[in-house]
Amino acid sequence: MTATKMHPTASIRQNLFYQLAGVAAILSFAFFLIVRGVAEQAAEMTQDGILSASATAIADALRSEGGAVVLDLPYSALSMLGTLNEDRVFYRIYTDQQTLTGYPDLPLPDERPRRGEPVFETHEFRGDEVRAVSVMRPVGASGAARNVIVTVAQTRLGLEATSRTITTTATGVAAGFFLAATGLSLWAASAALAPIERLTSAVARRGPYDLRPVTADTPTELVPLVDALNSFMTRLRASLSRTEDFIAEAAHRVRTPLATVRTQAEVTHRKLNKPEHRLAIREMIRAIDESSRSAGQMLDHAMVKFRTDTLASDQLDMRALIDEVCDRLGATADLKDIDIIRDLPDDPIPIHGDGILLQATLQNLLDNAIKYSPEDSRITVSVTPNDALWVSITDEGRGFGDADLTRLKTRYTRGANVGDIVGSGLGLTIADEVASAHGGRIDIKPNENGAGACVSLVLPRE
Amino acid sequence: MRFPRLAARIIAALTLLTTASHGYEVEQQMHYPSTQDGTVLRIISTADLNVFEPILLAFQDMHPSVAVDYVVVETADLMHAIYAEGASFDLAISSAMDLQTKLANDGFAQDYTSPATQALPDWARWRNQVFAFTQEPAVLVVSDDFFGTEHPPTNRDELIALLRESPERFRGRIGTYDVRRSGFGYLMATQDSRNSEAYWRLMEVMGRLEAELYCCSGEMIRDVASGNLALAYNVLGSYATSQLAITDGFRIIELSDYVNVMLRTALIPVTAENVADAQAMIDFLTMLETRPDLIAASNLPSIAQETFRANTALRPIRFGPGLLVFLDQLKRAAFLRNWEDSLLQN
Repeated sequence: MTATKMHPTASIRQNLFYQLAGVAAILSFAFFLIVRGVAEQAAEMTQDGILSASATAIADALRSEGGAVVLDLPYSALSMLGTLNEDRVFYRIYTDQQTLTGYPDLPLPDERPRRGEPVFETHEFRGDEVRAVSVMRPVGASGAARNVIVTVAQTRLGLEATSRTITTTATGVAAGFFLAATGLSLWAASAALAPIERLTSAVARRGPYDLRPVTADTPTELVPLVDALNSFMTRLRASLSRTEDFIAEAAHRVRTPLATVRTQAEVTHRKLNKPEHRLAIREMIRAIDESSRSAGQMLDHAMVKFRTDTLASDQLDMRALIDEVCDRLGATADLKDIDIIRDLPDDPIPIHGDGILLQATLQNLLDNAIKYSPEDSRITVSVTPNDALWVSITDEGRGFGDADLTRLKTRYTRGANVGDIVGSGLGLTIADEVASAHGGRIDIKPNENGAGACVSLVLPRE
Repeated sequence: MRFPRLAARIIAALTLLTTASHGYEVEQQMHYPSTQDGTVLRIISTADLNVFEPILLAFQDMHPSVAVDYVVVETADLMHAIYAEGASFDLAISSAMDLQTKLANDGFAQDYTSPATQALPDWARWRNQVFAFTQEPAVLVVSDDFFGTEHPPTNRDELIALLRESPERFRGRIGTYDVRRSGFGYLMATQDSRNSEAYWRLMEVMGRLEAELYCCSGEMIRDVASGNLALAYNVLGSYATSQLAITDGFRIIELSDYVNVMLRTALIPVTAENVADAQAMIDFLTMLETRPDLIAASNLPSIAQETFRANTALRPIRFGPGLLVFLDQLKRAAFLRNWEDSLLQN
């Protein structure tokens, strides 16, 4: 079948895999962002918590003595900042436009903290980024109370180290997740497509004439496709059988009336006395023969065309085929006193192929040989089993003259010296097509032992 | 070899001492020339020359191309030199952990990481900037003359009880650091005040007994050994041990309730010019425990984790921002006011 070329789009498995892997990548990345975000937030909250505890402890230690603000800086207020990491610590106690103690250059918060509401800020101080918390506490008797701002700041190197660790871990976990998910995607894509592969191999395993509906397990999604395929095959089966019937019917319908006309013509021929009448009738018989042969060969050719599309591979015996063809054409040969010599081995010659086509081929070749052989001559049918199986038909006829041997096999081309003999030019074409369908060829050469031709059907040995 | 080196040193010492014109007071200065042409490592330190010299010479044996300039100052002067004046030294060695911590915290120290520093226990380094290389306890030194066969006190409560029992025996015959003048004394006193309520009671009692105040461990040990003092409280253990090798007449007592252990530390100031040799010196110092000869010669006990397992009363002073607390001006003023109220009752 000259199958119309399909246009395969990207494989479903590939698409499925890429889509699943893409989803896995997106999820992995989202996972990475979320884990890092949450962990960093937690780390920041921890630092903020300790900073604000420290600032609160300092604020709580503030007291008023004789109208002045006094601070007994609690040891724990600063030492607690050293528990998580070894970050640098700065603090500043500020009231009445002046720094009570601490680092006078530590920036005050942009926004004045209100009581109980610490203000957090991140800014640069002494070459490092610091996280600063400021709390406000009024100190002194109510009425004369002074607002004191306590700012405690800490560098974020420890936080950055934590953040790096978290990022590394999250990256590792996300990458692992992605790889695992990708592996699973590969497996899932294969698993999802397994029913399609089962179905495909179930259909591909079928022989050329197996047009039964597909009954393999079918996933729901493929049921419409398989239904369509089954319905298509039903129609194809019907159409094929109609074609076969038509060919057989046509052959019968054409040949039978022609045979009747020929018989009648011969009877008439015998009854006629005038030579010019007899000549006319002979011309008519000739024309009928030509028509009959042409019709037969055209139908044979149609049959060959039809059958080579879906070539059968039957177990055959070449010897039996040759015998049958020789027997069938024996009568025709006898008319011309042609002796068909069968040079065959005693044992069967096993071969795989389409019996009907091979038979038609041999019949055409032998028929040709008979047709072009002079009366009272010999035709040898021989089988030479070499690396390939050679079935050679050698006659003592006129050969092919000067005709181009390769062109002989094309349709309606005949030898250069056959003008007086009825022929359609289809016989060798049919033979050549059948040989090609079986992986073989037709070999044409002159008879090595004198006049005539040697035409061989060459089939590969299994 | 030895002789020209010594001569060079003496000349260098003399010239430098006379030309000192800084905002800090140089107590001793010595130049150790290299035997080969090379670099100069300038060290500012609070450790006396006679203590540190064996270490410097051993370092030069390993690094013959390094000349060493060694300047001895008080702890507060070291802080002042680097913090306020931005003086350029390659290495700062100090017994004042709090001041070293403040230098590192306020950005005056450089990072350094090496296998030797990584091998230090966590408590013996801070921020990869401050590296401890000795652990020196604050001890009680008692006079053999005074106590005779009598059992000296073994903890602070016993000491307080003893002083209260017989005030006349001890009046004017106990010594301790003047924390206003000595950085080491201040560090020990502040850590004492954190560790135990007994500290203020002890100060009260000592104040009532007209305790003598000293600037340095050496003088206290001398007075205890000579019998002028019955006992001295919070003496630097390493000095006491080294003195015990050459004089007798006193005993060293590590109190059993707790013993503050000061860590002598080194750091590389940001103003250092010869960082490579400073790092080599830090590696050398942190691996001091591999040189028993130097430990014996200098009487500087190297960092040894086992000591703290063997004697659980020993408490290394912890690095961290907590050490900044008593450097706070208000805190310091309040502490000194308390201390003076307790000790200077007359």
